[in-house]
Amino acid sequence: MTSALSALLVGLLFGVGLILAGMANPAKVLAFLDLAGPWDPSLALVMAGAIAVAWFGFHFGGKRRSSLLESSMHLPARTQIDRRLILGSLAFGAGWGIAGFCPGPALVALGSGESKAVIFVLSMLGGMAIHWFIERRSRESKHEVRQPAR
Amino acid sequence: MTIDWAHFTPWSALAGGLLIGLAATLLLLLNGRVAGISGIVGGMLGATDGERLWRLAFIAGVLAAPLAWGIFAALPEMRIDAGYPGLVIAGLLVGIGTRYAGGCTSGHGVCGLARLSLRSLAATACFMPAGFVTVYLMRHLFA
Repeated sequence: MTSALSALLVGLLFGVGLILAGMANPAKVLAFLDLAGPWDPSLALVMAGAIAVAWFGFHFGGKRRSSLLESSMHLPARTQIDRRLILGSLAFGAGWGIAGFCPGPALVALGSGESKAVIFVLSMLGGMAIHWFIERRSRESKHEVRQPAR
Repeated sequence: MTIDWAHFTPWSALAGGLLIGLAATLLLLLNGRVAGISGIVGGMLGATDGERLWRLAFIAGVLAAPLAWGIFAALPEMRIDAGYPGLVIAGLLVGIGTRYAGGCTSGHGVCGLARLSLRSLAATACFMPAGFVTVYLMRHLFA
């Protein structure tokens, strides 16, 4: 329960950070992505500030065996740079460039009651569900192929 | 390249970035989790009850941020220029793309780079240029 409470408060802090940074305003995000227009470099500073602080966090906290509220750490173990990573990131970047929303800021805009954010977030959830169904189906079909060999 | 000095907000951008980094650090130290929004949201699918609770709580916190902000100050402008077809296409691309990539701006771009992960560097080196190119195509080539 305490871990849920801390997740709630950290989520709140994360969202406030996004609003203060200007990330929750898609027009500002697109002004950063528009290198050929009048360029607003603000978001480079958002990333620099966030990475600088998080670097300390991961440098000193990333080697811990347990977190303060849970018994285990859940850090990504994958290191391979494969086609899924590359194509997925390219698709994500294209979507980010179309609307100016990445997942976090879209949730903030949804929370502020923007009707367009509802459309974006529903589509994003749909995309995540499509990925989940495709992955589940491919896992199942692999399983079926493997079974007769046993 | 011309810099839009009138809309450049270095201090609030830096301060907001510091808060995002602080939130990522706190989630790591307290919950042992990486603050990647697409992973937290997408991981809801197929999650066990215990896995679902902290995810829901974190998402609720992000959703509540504008409400909490509104208590103390007026919310800054959130201008969404994209039309409905664009929002649907963008949402689908962001949803599918981030799940195949295993992360988005927060998971790869902030946490992954802070962890000095090469995988995250590769992801960031793909989604940032893809964003630049998409905006260039939409605003300057096919506008």
